[in-house]
Amino acid sequence: MTAVFTRRPGLRGIRAGGSPLHLVCLGLVALIVTAALLAPWLVPHDPNAVDLGGALAGPSPDHPLGVDAAGRDTLSRLLLGARTSLLGPLGVVVFSTLAGVAVGTAAAWRGGWLDSVLSRSTELVFAFPGLLLAILIIAVYGEGLLAPVVALAVAYLPYVSRLTRSLVLAERARPYVSAYQVQGHSGLQICLRHVLPNIAPVVLAQATVNFGYALMDLAGLSFLGLGVPALTPDWGRMVFDGQTAIQHGYPLSAVLPCVLIVAFNVVGERWADRVARRTP
Amino acid sequence: MPEYALQAVGLTRSYGAVRAVDGVSFALPKGGSLGIVGESGSGKTTTARIVVGLEQADAGEVLVGGARRASAVRGRARRLARAREVQMVFQDPLQSLDPRTSVESVLRETLGLHFPGRDHTPRVRELLDQVGLGPRAADARPGGLSGGQRQRVAIARALAVEPAVLVLDEAVAALDVSVQAQILNLLADIREQTAVGYLFITHDLGAVRCVTDDVIVMRQGRVVEAGSTSEVLGSPRHPYTRLLMDSVPRPGWDPARIAEARRTL
Repeated sequence: MTAVFTRRPGLRGIRAGGSPLHLVCLGLVALIVTAALLAPWLVPHDPNAVDLGGALAGPSPDHPLGVDAAGRDTLSRLLLGARTSLLGPLGVVVFSTLAGVAVGTAAAWRGGWLDSVLSRSTELVFAFPGLLLAILIIAVYGEGLLAPVVALAVAYLPYVSRLTRSLVLAERARPYVSAYQVQGHSGLQICLRHVLPNIAPVVLAQATVNFGYALMDLAGLSFLGLGVPALTPDWGRMVFDGQTAIQHGYPLSAVLPCVLIVAFNVVGERWADRVARRTP
Repeated sequence: MPEYALQAVGLTRSYGAVRAVDGVSFALPKGGSLGIVGESGSGKTTTARIVVGLEQADAGEVLVGGARRASAVRGRARRLARAREVQMVFQDPLQSLDPRTSVESVLRETLGLHFPGRDHTPRVRELLDQVGLGPRAADARPGGLSGGQRQRVAIARALAVEPAVLVLDEAVAALDVSVQAQILNLLADIREQTAVGYLFITHDLGAVRCVTDDVIVMRQGRVVEAGSTSEVLGSPRHPYTRLLMDSVPRPGWDPARIAEARRTL
């Protein structure tokens, strides 16, 4: 008798993706994104409703994740805070990736003086800490989500552009690029249709890692009381508010945002790992 | 005087102190087939890359149909016209095809660039048929094809442009022997059907015998012997050509003697 093994590619993909930590994080991330999208309909309480009498109460049927020092419902703030806390890093990643890829590709493809100008000027940004740049811009333009997002996007751009430049340089040396040139395709066409799709997995993997960093940086900024306006629920601000709660022995409102940030990073780095292994 | 599809006049290219190509001239008649043979480092690939325009010559010029081939062009129309003069098939088909692109979309992309606004479906089928690939191969990506099939795709892609001259740079060197024979036969058939000229670059003297009318022998960037293929390979005059022919392994072959002959050359 012969046993027939049928392989189910979908399931195998998940199993190859492996560790339980990764799976838990993946589930958490999916949950948060859904929750953030549906937040206005999901929140059980007004996130800014203050109930000083019940401050720092533990989990109860009415407040499943307890309340913070001002008596605000942690779950409601977590859900609504997910929106600002995810939208900000998303903006940083989208802008820095698009601009970084454009700069890196132009530098690698053209070479010569353009490469020198672009590479040196992006390296100038390296010399300046991203958070400091953000604080500077906020100091000039005042609070708001846009200023720190733009500042961090500029700070993250060199990472993406350097990666892209080296990838495009390697890709450019491959004979298929010469083949398309001989065929009469323009440099722009070759880049858009062939080079960029071929390097995209690696760049996207870097972008997810950047998402985690940007999330932490933005949370850090609002922890410092910069960036997000005071009454908007935000994870960084919650950690800041929760700091006193931890000192009083009520950790939930501070710990939950941290767990979520870690989950995002685990998922992003895992994806980057897998992509790195797949491409030779 | 016969009309030439391709002429090279005094091509020279140096890398630092090394003269990779040193005053190379040759002429390829319309619909003819010219072989360039030589060992690794003899400058034959650089010559090919100058002809297709991937490298610039320091001196000398390439004439296509009697007109000078521009070294670099701007503008879409001139770029396409230039591409229709000379096309190239590279040594390693896996490297010269984008791994992400299926066979059909490779051909469609090229046809769409050169012949926009037409229905390409019949032409794609015709090209696949011409290089001996079935319609089933059309959906495959390069990774899913054998070496011979990949090289057929590369040939089809070059033919899609309908070039006057096809440069084949070691086009069969990466394939195993039986597949080499198939591709060489295919190339001979295509030349009969389309009257495209071949510039066939190789180190393989057997392959040269199969597909070329004339041959030039290159050594250290210079042409050392030129003539019709049967003449040059039948009664080689230059000692280097004799050495190349003696270097092909066969029964009773003595590598030590070849090495000795190489030193005295």
